[in-house]
Amino acid sequence: MAAPVKVYGPPISTAVSRVLACLLEKEVDFQLRNVNMSRGEHKKPDFLKIQPFGQVPAFEDESISLFESRAISRYVCEKYANQGNKGLYGTTPLEKASIDQWLEAEGQSFNPPSSSLVFQLAFAPRMKLKQDEQLIRQSKDKLAKVLDIYDSRLGQTQFLAGEDFTLADLSHLPNTQYLMNATDGKELFTSRSNVARWWAEISSRDSWKKVVDMRKPPSS
Amino acid sequence: MGVVKVHGIPLSTAAMRVMACLYEKELEFELVPVDLRAGEHKKEPFISLNPFGQVPAFEDGDLKLFESRAITQYIAHQYAGNGTPLVCPDPKKMAVVSVWMEVEGHQYDPAASKLTYELAIKKFLNATADNAVVEEYEAKLAKVLDVYEARLACCKYLAGDCFTLADLHHLPTMQYLMGTQAKKLFDSRPHVSAWCADIMGRPAWSKVLAMQNKA
Repeated sequence: MAAPVKVYGPPISTAVSRVLACLLEKEVDFQLRNVNMSRGEHKKPDFLKIQPFGQVPAFEDESISLFESRAISRYVCEKYANQGNKGLYGTTPLEKASIDQWLEAEGQSFNPPSSSLVFQLAFAPRMKLKQDEQLIRQSKDKLAKVLDIYDSRLGQTQFLAGEDFTLADLSHLPNTQYLMNATDGKELFTSRSNVARWWAEISSRDSWKKVVDMRKPPSS
Repeated sequence: MGVVKVHGIPLSTAAMRVMACLYEKELEFELVPVDLRAGEHKKEPFISLNPFGQVPAFEDGDLKLFESRAITQYIAHQYAGNGTPLVCPDPKKMAVVSVWMEVEGHQYDPAASKLTYELAIKKFLNATADNAVVEEYEAKLAKVLDVYEARLACCKYLAGDCFTLADLHHLPTMQYLMGTQAKKLFDSRPHVSAWCADIMGRPAWSKVLAMQNKA
């Protein structure tokens, strides 16, 4: 039997929790190794060997060392194709193309404004940093436009890439979880009925509930 | 194979990314122009091809896709037997390609695209570059290229011994930046510089540039 895979990073990290959600969906045993970011562990030479940009997560199994949460997730889906949620990354080239399309949309259009908001609304207060009001406003405007497009799409299909939950939906869980718990961020999602329906569905998955349990969320 | 169409313009970095892939794979395609000045990309029928209202959009028979990096991955896998191999059948090697594709998309591109806009696109628009932004993003790109310099000291290409999508995805912004003051960031790092010369010198890339001269 294969040894558990290793994920390096704290579960409160959005990118780390993206990988954890994927591993849980695929029913892959893993060990979570903490990285003490407040002590700068992620910028030290030992960690830079496995993640040269000094960010979390990093990932290791018996044969390979990887970084970038979306690359790790794709690898896990391919390697463990026959276990857990088998359709997570599609079973045909056309399904995979649609999933990749919405994964890229998440990475290129959803992630930048939502990540800024997560930092400003959820992490900055906890770290006793002053919030950047202009950045919050700009990020909300950008995210609102993206969510309008999502609301339209989710009026046509149950999930982003089609009728089934996939990696494309999963990739949105970490940032949205924080924003739904931030007083200022929730409304962007709840005010759009298809987006709200979609969030309720994807966030109630057992795999995501387990990830949320693994964290201690910062107070907002 | 259905009829392959790319909806976009030869000057768009994202459209160039897709065309570079099609030329590497030696696939016939039609470039369907989109009148950005007239806002064609924000209206029907284009919006149905890409609800984000951005170029490119892509068609292969009945399949419609957007997001250049999803399009290139589809092409590279679907037409694995044509032209240059751009992805790897071995899952471990493919994982490494995937890592560096994500690096391009999330570490390199945000800085490179911002600088492309300030230093190259603004010139087309007769607008002045914002020097504070240029300085900030040159510093960010420099940090990314330091990582690349170390990586390319051990590997000829980002994912290993072979040219893959991980390298190709960098070409459009790299091309623009080489025509600006940001060139120094690439030239001052010997392994990065050699890698740039190598990938920019590929015949398929010259074909993409030739399309701009026709425009």
